[in-house]
Parts: sequence; C-alpha cells; structure tokens
Amino acid sequence: MSDTGRTRADWPLYEVFVRGKRGLNHVHVGSLHAADDRMALTHARDLYTRRNEGVSIWVVRSAHITASTRDEKDPFFAPSADKVYRHPTFYDIPDDVPHI
Amino acid sequence: MSDDHVYLSLAEEHDDGDARWAFGTGFEDPLHGVDPAVPAGVDRADLAARCLALGDDALVSAQRLAEWTTRAPELEEEMALANIGLDLLGQARLLYTRCGQVDGTGRGEDAYAYLRDPGGFRNVRLAELPNGDFAFSVVRLLVLASWRLAHFERLTADPDPVLAAVAAKGVKELAYHRQWAAEWVVRLGDGTDESHARTQAALDRAAPYLGELFAAYDVRADVLAVLGQVTDAAGLRLPPAPPLPGHGRDGGHTEHLAPLLDELQSLARAHPGATW
Repeated sequence: MSDTGRTRADWPLYEVFVRGKRGLNHVHVGSLHAADDRMALTHARDLYTRRNEGVSIWVVRSAHITASTRDEKDPFFAPSADKVYRHPTFYDIPDDVPHI
Repeated sequence: MSDDHVYLSLAEEHDDGDARWAFGTGFEDPLHGVDPAVPAGVDRADLAARCLALGDDALVSAQRLAEWTTRAPELEEEMALANIGLDLLGQARLLYTRCGQVDGTGRGEDAYAYLRDPGGFRNVRLAELPNGDFAFSVVRLLVLASWRLAHFERLTADPDPVLAAVAAKGVKELAYHRQWAAEWVVRLGDGTDESHARTQAALDRAAPYLGELFAAYDVRADVLAVLGQVTDAAGLRLPPAPPLPGHGRDGGHTEHLAPLLDELQSLARAHPGATW
C-alpha cells in the first residue's frame, strides 16, 4: 500500500465470520469498518459477539472477496438445476445421523 | 437446519429449560456456588470499604464511558466503549451488593449508586475527570484498567470468597479493556503528529493522579511496567509527577464528580423506588 504516512478518510470494509458455540462452521454475520486487520478483529468482537454468540472470529477485507456476478448466474448455476442424480436422495439416512 | 446460522441457532428451543434474556445463552452466574458467609478472621468494615472503593471506581468509570455514546469517533468504537462501561457497571453491582451484605446496613446496590452524595464516594479522582478528547479517554482507561487488572489478579486469592469470585470474573473483562486501550494508545502515539501530541498531553494530564491509585495496594511496579511497555511501543513518555494533594479514597473529590452524579442519580432521586 502506498498510503502509509497519511490517514485515510474512510476505513476499509471488512466481512465478519463467527463460529458459534454449537455451530459447525464460521458463518457470515455482517460487516464493519476498521483501519487494519487487528482492529477489525477487535471490532468484530465488540459488535458481533457481545451476546455470547461466538467462540472464534474470522475477518477479511471485503475487497479481497471475489464474488460471482449476477450476469454469471445462468452459466454458473442453471446447469445444476436438473442433475437430480447428484443429490444423495436415493439413500436411506438413519434417523440418528444429524447434519446431512 | 438452523444450526447453520449462528443467530438462528441461539433462538432455538432448548431442552435444559434455563432462563434466557434476548438472544444470549449460556450465561453464567459468577457467584454460583459461592458461600456468602463472611469467613472468620475477615474484618467486615475493611472488606466493606474495599468493596465500596472498587465499586465506586467502576460506577464512575462506567458513567464516563457511557457519555461517549452518540459522540464516539466511529460507530464501532462507540460500541466498544459502551461494552467496557457495561462490564464495569456489572462489577460495581456485585461489589455494592457485597458491601451491603457486610457493612451492617443491609443496603442494596441501588442505595450505593443512587443515594449517596459526592462526599460519600471513594473512587480515585482519575476516574471522575471529564472525558476530554478521545486520547485522554483511552489513556485514562489504560491506566485504570492496568491498575484494576493487577489488583483483581491479587484479589482472586482474597480470603473473602465473594470478593475473590467477583475478581475472577473481572480479570477476564479487564484484560480486554487493557488490551483495547493499549492498542489505541499505541495507534495514536505512533500515528500522526497531532495524535501523538494529544496522547502525550493526555499522559501528562493523567500522571499526577497515578499516586492515588497506588496508595493502598502494592501493585505499583506491575502497573508501571505495563504502562512503560505501552508508552515505549507508542513513542510516548509517562512523566514523573508529584501526586496531587488530597485523596478520592477519603471522599475528597474534584469539582467534576458532583455534576456526574447529578446526571447519574437524577431519575432515581426524582422517583424514589421507581423500577424500569
């Protein structure tokens, strides 16, 4: 970054992912502004885990996320709509197996 | 499959039947299983005085931190300041309750918070000084959190089991307060010329109030070591300063405490016994 030595008018945006106590994965919970990675983590702790929601936090600069676009919706996702054989629906799942 | 979502999973019905407030779950009572009887050999008046002093530090600090709400430089920092204030308010409540149990008056926490005049408060004066700018607020918080953490770490071994339990809960909160404040002091001290100058001015302003903190408990070396580590990293200096005359622990306060209490106590005094 070439902007060291001067302050930025706006802090960059970060996306926040929290792993809940009983949760399985980190889940996106929102976003926030922070001056750097460390401050983003501190802010995430103060904004998104204050009601005892989390045991682990990830933060990532929103600019570092590469997302699919609306224009790509059909070529990306439509082809999987009719491939029913890709779903494991032909198996009998025992009742006591969770999270499938 | 609401387990996939951290907030939805909190709203789920649970089998254990424990009470829940809003979305929070798994709350722990810090005094669960602690025997409130005062052990033999513990001086009740001394214990009450110690609880009162620590409770007053926390209540007055919490009120100052709450004053940042709607005025903080960033929304995220406003939440951080309010969270820290609420941690301290929680500590004050437990300490006042303990004070009422052991000082012979049987008073509840509200009586200590709302029905005492400035001369009855035993907080250190550093806590009651106006917020000033953001630099002074974070410097003040760094000093108070560093002292309180060092002191609470010792209190976890206090002969009074309730005070020890309150301290054990507070240590985790205070460690975060100190870390949050230290990160800001380094950031400001090592930032622009303006932020450096303001933060140094904040240290200069706080320095004469430090002696008061160290009067009763022997944590001076620990606290000064922590502060030195932070100021070194920040390129700042905590100047030696002769302690100011007078003592907040004896009820001698600055002119700033009375207006603070006026605001804090106005509702409770206008409507005695009101609940909300």
